[in-house]
Amino acid sequence: MTLANTPKTWRSAEMELIIASAIAVLTAGGVYLILRLRTFPVILGLALLSYAVNVFLFSSGRLAIDMSPTLSKYGDGTYSDPLPQALVLTAIVISFGMTAVLVMLALGAFLEAEEDRIDIVADEDAEAPAEDPRS
Amino acid sequence: MMHWIILPVVLPAMLAPIIGFVMRYDITLARVASLAGTAVLLAVAIGLLVLAADGETHVYRLGNWPAPFGIVLVLDRLSALMVLLTAILALIVLLHAIATEWDDRGLHFHALFQFQLMGICGAFLTGDIFNLFVFFEVLLIASYGLMIHSGGRERLQAGLQYVVMNLAGSTLFLFALGTLYASTGTLNIADLALRIPEIPQEEASLVRVASMLLIIVFAVKAALFPVQFWLPGTYANAPAPVAALFAIMTKVGAYAIIRVHTVSFGPGVGSTEDVGAILLYPAAIITIAIGALGVLGARRLMPLIAFSVVGSMGTLLVAVSAFSPLATTAALYYLVHSTFATACLFLLADLVVTRRSGDLLKAQPPTVQNGLFAALFFAAAIAMAGMPPLSGFLGKLLVLDALRDPGVIPWVWTAILVGSLFTIVGFARAGSTLFWKSTALDIPEDGVAVTRQASAAEIAPTVATIAILALLAVFAGTVANYLEATTLQLFDRAGYISAVLGLPVEG
Repeated sequence: MTLANTPKTWRSAEMELIIASAIAVLTAGGVYLILRLRTFPVILGLALLSYAVNVFLFSSGRLAIDMSPTLSKYGDGTYSDPLPQALVLTAIVISFGMTAVLVMLALGAFLEAEEDRIDIVADEDAEAPAEDPRS
Repeated sequence: MMHWIILPVVLPAMLAPIIGFVMRYDITLARVASLAGTAVLLAVAIGLLVLAADGETHVYRLGNWPAPFGIVLVLDRLSALMVLLTAILALIVLLHAIATEWDDRGLHFHALFQFQLMGICGAFLTGDIFNLFVFFEVLLIASYGLMIHSGGRERLQAGLQYVVMNLAGSTLFLFALGTLYASTGTLNIADLALRIPEIPQEEASLVRVASMLLIIVFAVKAALFPVQFWLPGTYANAPAPVAALFAIMTKVGAYAIIRVHTVSFGPGVGSTEDVGAILLYPAAIITIAIGALGVLGARRLMPLIAFSVVGSMGTLLVAVSAFSPLATTAALYYLVHSTFATACLFLLADLVVTRRSGDLLKAQPPTVQNGLFAALFFAAAIAMAGMPPLSGFLGKLLVLDALRDPGVIPWVWTAILVGSLFTIVGFARAGSTLFWKSTALDIPEDGVAVTRQASAAEIAPTVATIAILALLAVFAGTVANYLEATTLQLFDRAGYISAVLGLPVEG
């Protein structure tokens, strides 16, 4: 089963176009934001990327209109693939949890360092790096 | 059905919440529970190794669903070996963390530690690539907690980089899985191995893209160029026992490459078999170079060790990238060796650094037990650099011996040999500055802070890793025979597929 020889479930060219461009825009925005040097844009960027990948995973079971993910009439092929929906559910839960952890960590780092830069410019020759310079 | 196979996942998974909730404020109780759990895990891992030694591929079907529909755990020689490696390392690291009281410098060390073990064991045992993703996330989220254990500005900032890097990697993993599912309709490793060769070469470009994406994802875990740059910062700033445990985390990435790209995309699959040679091989060579230069340029002890880890991952993956049975055997031997060598260096560095002011490579008046630490450092550095008599030498020798194709000799041999030389110089410089030059300094009357002597319990884990490295060298023949059988089983793809999918064995 490959993309090329299963065209029948691809009912609507418009939906295809909208979904594909939505994934593209989300990914582009996510990558752009991840390349910032501050934590807040990076977190937003990772969130956008995870939205993009969720939609992408969802569409990996073919786009279909008016089809439930359950088998109603045996053998007539009027159901959509339930597996990607289960996968995307797992992915959503995981990315939600990870974003929460990341926000807490970023907050912790911000409060400790009093700045939210992602890159560290460590002083190579400082005597004791682990100690707080404020104290 | 053998229920033992799922125990390495279930045991830490049950223990971790109990430690986290019930023994939250009682560090003694948490220590006892965590130690007992890890010891049982070690016993189970030994049992699984004995079970897998018969050469069969044991399959555990969760919920008893047949393979491509349900999730399976697969136990063969390779996964049994990796689980055992994890259990031994975990026990050593745990003993060190308890003896040095690292675990008491923040909350939830033991709960996170057990969750980490659950994720690692699960990743080694699973036979489903989406399940592999889930276990990756489990081990990562636990590692985020362990990485920032006991806090501090530098550590939190380095931890943030580590988390961001790995979250981006996870997203890429999902993209790869989506692409793979869209083009094959399955995510079971054995089922993939069956379906991918059926796809005509001209339509297989999506599978090829997925295979390359997966290599990049695993390369993030294995710290391969160009996605290696998170490792030195993370390992150098993590608590040292955690860095020692992370020695197995990079190996998870290497294991995933070995498993997925041998069984599913492996040799003989026209559309994806050259991915290793195209992507992995040059990246591994550059990784060795980066590791060597980093060791030479490091001005602190922890980054020095971290860069030597990068170099050893390069050596490991250059052997993996050949995807031949001989080279994979060498890679597995080197994998076992480098796990313990890395752990040994980090545990020792912890003992040394906590008795000095920081880990800067600068001569300071000698601390207590200078001679003992110097001797241990000498042994550990010999192991890491790959000099006889410890197992690093044999590991590198096996890798060099396996990669004797005239086309690869100039690159591989040059990289590994010159890289080893740089590592030796780097470690020699660090060791002589830290331990030798110190003895030439005058001891000021009152300037030296009185440091506590390391007790036997604190030194024992470090000595244990060195003893394991020595045993690995002494019993190299026995180990190599087991690894050879492991590789044979790994490359017997038909056997794996028929065992997992429950098909009749051909022939």
